[in-house]
Amino acid sequence: MGLKLSRWTVTRNVLGGKAEGAGPERLLDGSVILTRLEAAVNWARKYSFFLYPFVTACCGMEFMSVAGPRYDLDRFGAALPRFSPRQADLLMVVGTISHKQAPILVKVYNQMAEPKWVFAFGVCAVSGGFYDNYSVVQGIDTLIPVDIYVPGCPPRPEMVLDGLLLLQQKVKQERWSDWPRGEAPVSRC
Amino acid sequence: MDASVTLKKLTEKFPDAIVGTHNYRGDDTAIVKKEKIRDICLFLRDDPDLLYNFMMDLTVVDYLGRDPRFEVVYHLYSLPHNRRVRIKALVPESDLTIDSVVSVWVAADWFEREAYDMYGVVFAGHPNLRRILLYEGFEGHPLRKDYPLKKRQPLIGPVN
Repeated sequence: MGLKLSRWTVTRNVLGGKAEGAGPERLLDGSVILTRLEAAVNWARKYSFFLYPFVTACCGMEFMSVAGPRYDLDRFGAALPRFSPRQADLLMVVGTISHKQAPILVKVYNQMAEPKWVFAFGVCAVSGGFYDNYSVVQGIDTLIPVDIYVPGCPPRPEMVLDGLLLLQQKVKQERWSDWPRGEAPVSRC
Repeated sequence: MDASVTLKKLTEKFPDAIVGTHNYRGDDTAIVKKEKIRDICLFLRDDPDLLYNFMMDLTVVDYLGRDPRFEVVYHLYSLPHNRRVRIKALVPESDLTIDSVVSVWVAADWFEREAYDMYGVVFAGHPNLRRILLYEGFEGHPLRKDYPLKKRQPLIGPVN
């Protein structure tokens, strides 16, 4: 939590005439913004997710709803779905993952370039949901690291937006040392 | 109740193989021994009065605790005569093989693979008897009544 964009705030207030800034920005006549590179990069990353929708089940309809104009994921910079994992940095796992499909999911995850984030969309992706049976993976976090869990069967679009905002908060607090994460920690696939 | 044409002809042709028949509410059903199943199916398909040329469904029922434990159920339809029949072949747990009917109806191919996948009934003479829905390495047959509810398969990941 230690990393904050406090200097952004200072600069904004100085430029807006709200506060008497004492920082170097003022000495340089407000023509530059000083921040930490880590914070600036994280700021850019969190408003520019490229989704890979791994859609397997009925949650996909809710995904379409939240990605469409009514709820409009685009407002938060996460609009453009890429249908190649190599061009994406946010893996949206939308729906039930069966054991037979698990190796595919792991492969897609491993194909994505770092930095990358995983969004478990719906209760099946979160924990297997009510499919506590022989064929369904009991939560995708048994296969790959997950950043945000959004339960619900299916989740309301508001929940998804809330999850995306939480993910943005998380990205904002990341450090260089968080990357790379490396391959998915599974034994077989 | 009067036996239908199908059941009458079937009983005449295979008196030893038929364990029982009924046509409750017009649904023809014959319970047969598994040894003659392929001959019975060929007869049903080729006899001019029957011509069951459409195999609609093949599945297995697990009567746990009964002997014979399994029943392989065939649902057949005759397009020329607009008639249906249900054949139930009894398969004991001690000998889980039954002749494949893929050579009679090609449609039986994937049905038999699914039945093998879920119940472990072996269809002798099937051209490609592998699991169809589950994956290689799955242990057991999940639709059997004694498959443990909480059993986890050693496929992937530490918890699954």
